[in-house]
Amino acid sequence: MSIPVTVIGGYLGAGKTTLINQVLRQAEGLRIAVLVNEFGALSIDEDLIEAQKGDVISISGGCVCCAFGDNLIGAIGDMVAMVPAPQHIVIEASGVAIPQAIAATLSLVAGVHLAGTVVLADAETVQRRARDTYMGDTILRQLTGADLVLLTKGDLVADAARVADWLRDVSDGAEVVQAAFGHCPNAVVLGAVASGVPERTADLDHGAQYLGLSFEQSGTADPQAVAAVLADAALGLVRAKGFVRTEDGLAEVQVVGRRWAVTLGGAGHGLVCIGLRDRIAADVIEDRMLEHGFHLSRA
Amino acid sequence: MSDITIFAARKIITMNPRRPEVSHVAVKGGRILGAGTLAELDGWGDYTLDDRFADKVLMPGFVEGHAHAMEGTLWRKVYCGFFDRTDPDGRTWPGVKSIDDVLARLREAEARLDDPDAALGGFQLDPIYMDGAVMDRARLDSVSATRPVGVLHASGHIMYVNSKALELAGLMRAGINHPGIPLGPDGMPTGVLKGPEVYMPVAPHVGFNRSATDADEDGLRAFAKLCVRTGTTTVTDLASRLEPEAVDMMLRVTGARRFPARVVPLKFFMGHTPQDLVDIAVGLRDQSTDKLRLGRIKVIADGSIQGFTARLRAPGYYNGAPNGLWYIAPEQLDQIYRLALAAGVPVHTHTNGDEATELVLDTLGPALTDTPRRDHRFTLQHCQMADAAQFRRMQALGVCVNLFANHHFYWGDEHYRLTVGPERAERMNACRTALDTGVPMAIHSDAPVTPLAPLFTAWAAVTRITASGRVQGAHERISVAEALYAITLGAAYTLHMDGEVGSIEAGKRADFAVLDGDPTDASPDALKDIPVWGTVLGGEVFDASAL
Repeated sequence: MSIPVTVIGGYLGAGKTTLINQVLRQAEGLRIAVLVNEFGALSIDEDLIEAQKGDVISISGGCVCCAFGDNLIGAIGDMVAMVPAPQHIVIEASGVAIPQAIAATLSLVAGVHLAGTVVLADAETVQRRARDTYMGDTILRQLTGADLVLLTKGDLVADAARVADWLRDVSDGAEVVQAAFGHCPNAVVLGAVASGVPERTADLDHGAQYLGLSFEQSGTADPQAVAAVLADAALGLVRAKGFVRTEDGLAEVQVVGRRWAVTLGGAGHGLVCIGLRDRIAADVIEDRMLEHGFHLSRA
Repeated sequence: MSDITIFAARKIITMNPRRPEVSHVAVKGGRILGAGTLAELDGWGDYTLDDRFADKVLMPGFVEGHAHAMEGTLWRKVYCGFFDRTDPDGRTWPGVKSIDDVLARLREAEARLDDPDAALGGFQLDPIYMDGAVMDRARLDSVSATRPVGVLHASGHIMYVNSKALELAGLMRAGINHPGIPLGPDGMPTGVLKGPEVYMPVAPHVGFNRSATDADEDGLRAFAKLCVRTGTTTVTDLASRLEPEAVDMMLRVTGARRFPARVVPLKFFMGHTPQDLVDIAVGLRDQSTDKLRLGRIKVIADGSIQGFTARLRAPGYYNGAPNGLWYIAPEQLDQIYRLALAAGVPVHTHTNGDEATELVLDTLGPALTDTPRRDHRFTLQHCQMADAAQFRRMQALGVCVNLFANHHFYWGDEHYRLTVGPERAERMNACRTALDTGVPMAIHSDAPVTPLAPLFTAWAAVTRITASGRVQGAHERISVAEALYAITLGAAYTLHMDGEVGSIEAGKRADFAVLDGDPTDASPDALKDIPVWGTVLGGEVFDASAL
């Protein structure tokens, strides 16, 4: 079973550490392994830590491995070989790393697949940093390759929406969501939607920011076509995940922003879509999914 | 028998301007009692006269300020370089001039392997000299289709592997989508793996281990043999992980009386918070011995120019390539500098492009204002593209520079033609400007990237000849005397060791390079060809032909 990997990037101070602590706190039984390379500087909240041995910090249900240095592939290999294996791997890229380069590297490691590149942007500083003599082009490269941009500290600026618009512009169409104080559901950050349990989508939205739509399928469909629909920018979806019955069995579909992937096999049913309440085109989604035999499940 | 030895030589070049040339040097307990005439030295008391160097020229043992001990481990692989190169055991491998020659040499080595599953590794290949010839999977399959074969590029940034190696690493498949892995018309990888992050999963299958930058025990001993063969007595290992077990190993190996070099490993910055990094360096400093000198930090700011990963200021790359990559954020660099200045830990920072150099100067200036440390000797390593204004800033901040003179010979033509263009290629590794500006300067090989050989490095800085035979940037040439200073006291200064090594004078370590010719008498063109007989380290004699 291939392990999904989320790459979290963004410049220093954008809130990566806060976000990762939130992700671990919201794990709800999901075994998460975190790989850190911010010069070993990740501070995991004390109450999450169960034990620390060398570079590995054990946390409830998972672990954090610090300082993989220049050997990311080796570190991921170690994670995959762990017993029990993690159910999700999170990589915290260094502040100057280009997350999509890390994402590309993942395709070379057996047993893992990319579940999305999430880049954090500090609402107060990101535009200034993007003009910085030394770091400007690095910041823009990070944003351009993101599947999802998390706007942090939006509560500290007068017009976060304007920053969000600017981010949409420079990030080449990535979905931009706000994550004040690091609050962002794991369903959004990791795509860890508990598929097949559509009624859970009601709890999804902590800050009323998101809307979740659950679909049930009649008949069979082409999973590539379904995934392509969900990745269409016009639908305003941040994430989608679930299963498509095909003529040859089940296929799992995962969508983050404009990126989608289909893997054959798996077990489950139903399909969950998540978008920002003020951007999601619910009617359009409903119509276009119906063309492929999916109808909204009314929980 | 007396515990004083007086060495007599045809000529002893001391690098001490008060008595630049003498005939004798007296040694006791590893230290120099004095350099002068036999009559002058006689006053120290009973001595044994050692005249085995009667027809030799002695110089202070050379100091290599930027090398990597991993060169010692590389020589267990097959040498595939374009230029002739001598291995630790003294065998000179002729350069291979075509891909067919490379393949023939690999086949020869393959035939000597008994274990049918054993990996075959090669190193130092650079097709750039072979008129754009191509190395790939199909060609390496002709060496062996059944055992994994991998050849490391001279830059250390590319690896060429055969089908079996790809198969073992799970990469012999269609559908790979990675900028570092070109695909053939059949949709399969061509066997060219660009970038350490890409070849890392394959490397163990072709016999290169994970931490390619670190030397193991045998590798360290082999590296020290290269030092003897090149007259080098003090050598840096410029980016070492320095895990506790590695430090124990290095202490044990270098501690042996007959280990022939002083090794200066710098702690590599990656994987630590600035505070941890500096604390580690301080802890290591206290473990130093006379032959293992710890307590310095190496930071990397940007990538390489020929790999288009160096950070350049305007007008950028000559061929229009996008600007390169940062390996550290300015805030982190700033923290490391401030903490290291406060703790008295020297930091050597790799900068290749001039924008990286500018960032270091912009960062160090304010850090020094807030945390003054006289005589810090922070050093810019490579610093290949610095312009005159940047050298003036270095001088003002007390920054040293270690320029990559060898690089100019090996890749100068490429920089002229492709990477930075003619004008900036002529100012690269600007030794003349550095000295005229008063910046303390060393010159280096970055072995194994180019061969360890300080006399060659001196020749490269004196002539500025490129591989194609052109003199590139004649204005930046330096004199033979200046180059000899750079490979002795100049490099020792960047390590705070100039009071201890780098010249032959009373009280200093008895570290000598033993030469068969006189560099001060030779024509500059012949500097690189002066044969090295061996070295003396702390009074111990090491004959290169008897290693």
